[in-house]
Amino acid sequence: MLRLPPFRYHRPGTVDEAVALLGEFGTEAMPIAGGTDLMPNMKHRLFTPAHVVSLRGIGAMRGIEVVGGRGAGSATPAPGTEKVLRIGALETLANVAAHPLVRRHFPGLADAAGLVAGPQLRNMGTIGGNVCLDTRCTYYNQTSFWRSALGYCLKKDGTVCHVTGVGRKCVAAHSADTPPNLVALGASLTLAGPHGERIMNASDFFVTDGIWNTRREPDEILTGITIPIATGRRSAYRKLRQRNSIDFPLLSVAVAGDFEETGTVKRLTGVVSALGARPRVLAGWSELAVDGRLDGATIDALAQRAHAQCRPLDNLIVDAEWRRAMVPVYVRRALEELTES
Amino acid sequence: MSARDGRGRASGRDAPAAGQPGDGLSTIGRPMRKVDGLAKSTGRARYTDDIRLPGMLHGKILRSPHPHARIVAIDTSRAEALEGVHAVVTGSDMPTRYGIIPWTPDEYPLCVDRVRHIGDGVAAVAAVDEDTANAALDLIDVAYEELPAYLDPHKAIAADSGPYIHEPRKPGQNGNVTKVVRLEFGDVEAGLGDSHVVVEGDYFFEGTTHTPIEPHCAIGLAEGNGKLTVWSATQVPHYLHRELARVLEVDPAHVRVIQPPVGGAFGGKSEPFDLEFCVAKLSMMTGRPVKILYTREEVFYSHRGRHPFHMRYRTGATRDGMLTSVDAEIVMDGGAYASFGLVTTYYAGQLLTAPYRMPAYRFHSTRAYTNKPACGPKRGHGSVQPRFAFEVQLDRIAERLEIDPIGLRRRNFIGANTRTVNDLRITSNGFLECLDEVERASDWKRKHRRLPFGRGVGVAGSTYITGTNYPIYPNDMPQSGIQLQVDRSGRVAVFSGASEIGQGVDSMVAYIVAEELGVPLDHVRVLAGDTDFTPVDLGAYSSRVTFMLGNACIDAARKLKTQVQEAVAAEWGVKPREVLLAGGLAVQAGDTGTSMPVRDAFNLAEAAAGTLGATGSYNTPKDVHGDYRGATIGASPAYSFTAHVAEVEVDVETGFVTVDRIWIAHDCGRALNPVLVAGQMEGSAYMGFAEALMEEQIFKTEDQGRAGLHNAPSLLDYRIPTSLDTPALESLIVESIDPEGPYGAKEAGEGPLHPSIPAIANAIYDAVGVRMDSLPFSPPRVWRALRSAGVTGARRGVAR
Repeated sequence: MLRLPPFRYHRPGTVDEAVALLGEFGTEAMPIAGGTDLMPNMKHRLFTPAHVVSLRGIGAMRGIEVVGGRGAGSATPAPGTEKVLRIGALETLANVAAHPLVRRHFPGLADAAGLVAGPQLRNMGTIGGNVCLDTRCTYYNQTSFWRSALGYCLKKDGTVCHVTGVGRKCVAAHSADTPPNLVALGASLTLAGPHGERIMNASDFFVTDGIWNTRREPDEILTGITIPIATGRRSAYRKLRQRNSIDFPLLSVAVAGDFEETGTVKRLTGVVSALGARPRVLAGWSELAVDGRLDGATIDALAQRAHAQCRPLDNLIVDAEWRRAMVPVYVRRALEELTES
Repeated sequence: MSARDGRGRASGRDAPAAGQPGDGLSTIGRPMRKVDGLAKSTGRARYTDDIRLPGMLHGKILRSPHPHARIVAIDTSRAEALEGVHAVVTGSDMPTRYGIIPWTPDEYPLCVDRVRHIGDGVAAVAAVDEDTANAALDLIDVAYEELPAYLDPHKAIAADSGPYIHEPRKPGQNGNVTKVVRLEFGDVEAGLGDSHVVVEGDYFFEGTTHTPIEPHCAIGLAEGNGKLTVWSATQVPHYLHRELARVLEVDPAHVRVIQPPVGGAFGGKSEPFDLEFCVAKLSMMTGRPVKILYTREEVFYSHRGRHPFHMRYRTGATRDGMLTSVDAEIVMDGGAYASFGLVTTYYAGQLLTAPYRMPAYRFHSTRAYTNKPACGPKRGHGSVQPRFAFEVQLDRIAERLEIDPIGLRRRNFIGANTRTVNDLRITSNGFLECLDEVERASDWKRKHRRLPFGRGVGVAGSTYITGTNYPIYPNDMPQSGIQLQVDRSGRVAVFSGASEIGQGVDSMVAYIVAEELGVPLDHVRVLAGDTDFTPVDLGAYSSRVTFMLGNACIDAARKLKTQVQEAVAAEWGVKPREVLLAGGLAVQAGDTGTSMPVRDAFNLAEAAAGTLGATGSYNTPKDVHGDYRGATIGASPAYSFTAHVAEVEVDVETGFVTVDRIWIAHDCGRALNPVLVAGQMEGSAYMGFAEALMEEQIFKTEDQGRAGLHNAPSLLDYRIPTSLDTPALESLIVESIDPEGPYGAKEAGEGPLHPSIPAIANAIYDAVGVRMDSLPFSPPRVWRALRSAGVTGARRGVAR
């Protein structure tokens, strides 16, 4: 069995204490929630923090609740008090997948949480950890022996990206299931750091650098997720993988739309991920869909628009050309689910 | 799926089926629990890694980062100086070659002068704990001189000068070739020339590995008195015993191999491995017990899994679909060492000659060495790959001739009590009943060529050996032995040399003892897998154990029974044969009012004959093969037969193949316990299905960063199906009652794997009209095949 590197374990009870510990130990420290991503990465010697700061004792980072508006169920929130669903970053993926409020308002997000890994891992893994999941690549998620035989790679200990053959940019794949949905739903993320709290749109959170693909600073903690609740909003998620459990996505598609009661599209967002280092918001969808109906021809046009924007690389062990060809298929299937709901 | 639901009809030509009225059997043939089931399901079973000995050290093995290189120098001094390190061993400490096949010893416990694949063992360390041992590995300095690596078997075979992967056995030979076999039976070219149709096809079977849940693990304990004990998760304690003694130069009488319960093997633990020699040697050097547990990555590097096969078949048939002639050209990618490869090269051709009659047959198989982990035996050793190709060939012939594929197979049935074209002796043969069962259960006639586009059914058949008539090293001693000992309490102890690897052999001998001696099942204790205390059984491979150990057990039990019958008969004043042992009693035949507890009967026998015990043994027939070179390879005391129908759905847009159901009919001779037989059938079909759709033991190329680096040595990226992916598996047991098997039993552990793959390939063709001739049928490959054939997503299949 692979061994973990030695580390000291800290278990603060508040966000402030956790931030202080991360500040105190600097680059020697990493936060851990469920550990389902960090532990295997530590066993692979991708990270060897001397201090691991557990977030599991922080009660304030739990909870799933509707806030704002005139209380849950109010149809017309007052201006400035938009009704939102707040999800604590420590909530497990199993909880998010099964929670009635998530299921009711954001079925795409609930499905995505329920499609992460397998049941045991969803019982441990948290939504905050999923949002902050490290990028993945066939040349990176390997043991230290394997990587030494390879000669290492740009993302860790090396100078060359074996996917592109050059040393400029890491193209490891963003492989988390929930973020494309959060981006499509217009969610915002709350980060706590040494200078207090800041709130960031999920769509701004990710960057195209596979080495560190988020704007979270190493001494910051993602504490919560806030998603606006709107009437007539529908969402769906499709995940391409070879097995019906365990696997990370080879391609993921999240779609969210606001519909008039008549079925007219008011707003439509599509996000594709697991191809490059960040979830990609599909461009040009509004002009194709807004103020019309989501009929077969529109869906096909949207799917083709998506296809033109996605060019996966061989960062995962599955045929990149096939993954690309699946983009319009999975976009279409996700959109068809919107029309069924 | 319960075995009872899956219980098929018995063919019953020779005797009533077990469990049916009139079979005369009380235990055999009935569904029963495994004797070790409770311990395993409640976590009480102690596997090798669960054993912790006082003062035990932990070992780790340094592995080569190069696919092919000379070892110029090894400096272990820095590692030896690390606090907590007790010993470091390198290849030069154990410079004796070994190999499971006595004619091809080409491995050292640790590489001596050359590394031949990434992951080859170079040095080993024993330290106070695993972390210290790992740290010590980083302090071993090895200087390598890299050599050109061969990854493609065709290029390895084409090489005309060194450095070869191994030294040529004779000057001028190609050291990249393990073995070449050319055999021809009948006139193949004439047969093809006279055929109405000749179907030609090229096939590729990708390599796959075993993925047992338990990684290899071994503990060595050298005691000061010269005794050496090795606990190991092995399938072959006897061969390990021999090789440890030979390589480490220890008197075999002082070597003890103990095989704890094994957490899955499937052929991947059927020869000695580096860790077994290393724990023994390190313990001899330190005087302390030493344990090594492989990481999952090391399991992928130790491999010995299924060879990649490049196959070309020409198959001829008459207008009526009768086979005329078969020609096979096979190139096998063997990896870095011979392993069982000599046998594999024969099996690649020898095991194809049933269940269909072939008037003429030729095969030419070549096993190449390559700089990758060594291939070896995996469930269905050597014959799964050719069976895939050949059963697809049959499907093509059936289509060309517009004959139903099941009908075509019936027509060519070779029959029972016959000889194959290569002179293998067939005894019992329930293949026709297997075809009947899958045809009926799958509703084949209403489905084949009749399901809507995107759905299809496919059929395939196969045969497999029930052990081999010749042992791996030539000797005339029994292949299997057992010893029984009776206590005054009525308890019977069984000393069995066989290897329980989850297949149920410990249970099987308990059922036989209960059947023969009439004792309750929970009065039987089985002590197995300890070379100090159990008679020799050659190991859990080639589906030999139930047949051979079962016969040995019957032999021993009946000797004991005779002693008991004689003693009771004397007491009652009747003839010995009038004393029956059943249901915990000794009963007088014809006067069931006269009886005594079987314990009292044992006590009478002990009083009359002394301490009660018996040994039993089994040896194979040695005079039932052809007289050509290689004729003994493939010769088995009995052959099992299988037929599958698979039903699939193909998503034409994506290439996803969903296998909904596999109907598995298997002639196991007699099901000694139908639950265990059905379990083997389901497990086999699952494993075949996994290879058909997902598994790939493949390696990076130079363009992919590093030639010869395993593509994905983890269970996350080496994909085997989860329970959500697995089809419904319906087991249909067919019983042909073999004349030489124990109660008529034959094998059930490997044969039922074979047809899964071609049945799925043929079902895909039925669904979408596209032939999948290369494994695996993964979504990208199916998608590409559909595109090449011009089949597009006009009809949308299952959504995912």
